[in-house]
Amino acid sequence: MNSGAILLVEDNPDDVALTIRALKSHNIRNDVVLAHDGVSALDYLFGGEGKAAAEELPAVVLLDLKLPKINGLEVLKRIRAEERTRLLPVVILTSSDEERDVIDGYRLGANSYVRKPVDFVEFTEAAKQLGLYWLLMNQAPPTPRTP
Amino acid sequence: MALRDWPIKQKLTAILMLISGLVLLLTCAAFVTYEVVAVRRTTLKNLSTLGRVIAANSTASLAFANEADAREILSALRVEPHVVAAALYDKDGRLFTRYPAGLPSDSFPTGPDRGGYRFEHGYLIGLEPVAEAGSPRLGTLYLKSDLKAVSHTLRLSAAIAAAALGFSLLAAFVLATVLQGGISQPILALAETAKTVSARQDYSVRAPKLGEDELGTLTDSFNQMLGHIEDQDRALRESQEELQHHVTGLEQRVAERTQELEARNETLRRNAAELLAANQELDAFAYSVSHDLRAPLRSIDGFSQIVLEDYAAHLDDAGRDALQRVRAATQRMGSLIDDLLKLARVTRAEMRTEAVNLSDIAQDITAELERTTPDRHVEFEITPGLRARGDPRLVRVALENLLRNSWKYTAKQPRARVEFGSMDENGERVFLIRDNGAGFDMKYMDKLFGVFQRLHSAAEFEGTGVGLATVRRIITRHGGRIWAEGAVDRGATFYFTL
Repeated sequence: MNSGAILLVEDNPDDVALTIRALKSHNIRNDVVLAHDGVSALDYLFGGEGKAAAEELPAVVLLDLKLPKINGLEVLKRIRAEERTRLLPVVILTSSDEERDVIDGYRLGANSYVRKPVDFVEFTEAAKQLGLYWLLMNQAPPTPRTP
Repeated sequence: MALRDWPIKQKLTAILMLISGLVLLLTCAAFVTYEVVAVRRTTLKNLSTLGRVIAANSTASLAFANEADAREILSALRVEPHVVAAALYDKDGRLFTRYPAGLPSDSFPTGPDRGGYRFEHGYLIGLEPVAEAGSPRLGTLYLKSDLKAVSHTLRLSAAIAAAALGFSLLAAFVLATVLQGGISQPILALAETAKTVSARQDYSVRAPKLGEDELGTLTDSFNQMLGHIEDQDRALRESQEELQHHVTGLEQRVAERTQELEARNETLRRNAAELLAANQELDAFAYSVSHDLRAPLRSIDGFSQIVLEDYAAHLDDAGRDALQRVRAATQRMGSLIDDLLKLARVTRAEMRTEAVNLSDIAQDITAELERTTPDRHVEFEITPGLRARGDPRLVRVALENLLRNSWKYTAKQPRARVEFGSMDENGERVFLIRDNGAGFDMKYMDKLFGVFQRLHSAAEFEGTGVGLATVRRIITRHGGRIWAEGAVDRGATFYFTL
């Protein structure tokens, strides 16, 4: 099992609570790093405002699209533009299933696109599947050394 | 200048002068000839008379060889100045006496042969035998006369002829000049009129008529022709004016129409802009709904579920029921939002029209239904090969809604049957989906395709009331029509065209 952290980029505290609960309820013990907006997500990955970038990259990024300051697609674009994070698994986890969001997401290099169901039972199931797949099944790319 | 290029006046005058000149010339020549011939004859006759008189007088002198007498007789010729020489020969032809006496004898012919008068070398020569009546010839009289009388007459008559010719030609010229006008005047008037007509394009002028002859007839015909042309010209002008009037009217109408069209275009442009703005607004609205409206629902549902899970011990049945109702309502609201978004998407989606096999799509949808709900048994009868032109994705959404409806409303039917086929109505291809399900009351027909309009309670058949509205939106966007027939518990049939 990949021991890396899960970077959860989500501005809605309810969604944060529900997502963490859903993940934990399935014995996913990985650290969940929280970013409340696009800027803090980028700060975590690349450093900034006096903060250094995280030494280790997360195992997976769960990325909401509608975020304050810098939106999810912009964050994704930056992740894919940087050599260090180019191969980082990014799962878009959002409310919308607007076709253009799906297309833009994949075009910018998202590894997966999951729509958050309203039904919490279904949502928990989705979180479990995501955790199992990205932390257990998926072979993550090797972490590049910090430049 | 060639004769044919002369002005007609000169031409006519010249012709008249030529003819009269020729006639006069011939007449004068005849007159002069006649005068000359007459004078010669008279001269001959006079000389022969003179010869006979002198011969008669000379018989005695010759008979008696009296030379002095003979000379006396000949000298009487002095009164005739034209006689330049005369002589008497005896019967043997010897020169007997001569006149004038001084003339040398070699000026006279030797031995006159025979008698008679003849013109010779510009002189008239006469030989008259001298004899008594009934007696042998005594000798011959020789007379030589010049022709001054003839040449005088010739000169005189030639002068008279020339004078007559001159006066006649002058008179002819004056007459010709005056009279040719009778012919040339009408012709010139015609020419002048024709020139005026062609120069001024004025068909109202008329040539003056100067007589009742052929030229008068010609002038009449010409004027008549001008009259016809004038009439036609006037008619042409009138029709041109009429045409111009029509053209002006047409131009005005075109201008009015153009203005009208421009105004309409402007309105259309404005409408299009408004529509675009509205569409963009709808787009933004739908996007916002999609992202923002579902999040609180998720919280309500999620935390209700957490309470149910974590605080189950603190809840009685009524509390749990209440929370379950909260969750059910939340999820129903989620479905409503999803369906509304689908409806909005159908409205916003760009259309790509192509050939679509409706039968294949229907087959796919029913296969999916059978796969996801294996405990339901519905007899599908799909006519193969039904084709139409449309947007494949939208057509699929429409067929899916209709087939799912039939599937849903036949749930309480022991032998459920759904049919997809087509029929011909007034030459138009009409597709139909018929089921033997719950059906509907025709008096609610108008509510069937409305948004959030339902004819059944959620307890009977679940649903949001957006499906048929979506179908109608799709069919309308394809320029088609949709309608339905049904009766309660006797099934429903949906008809549509594409």
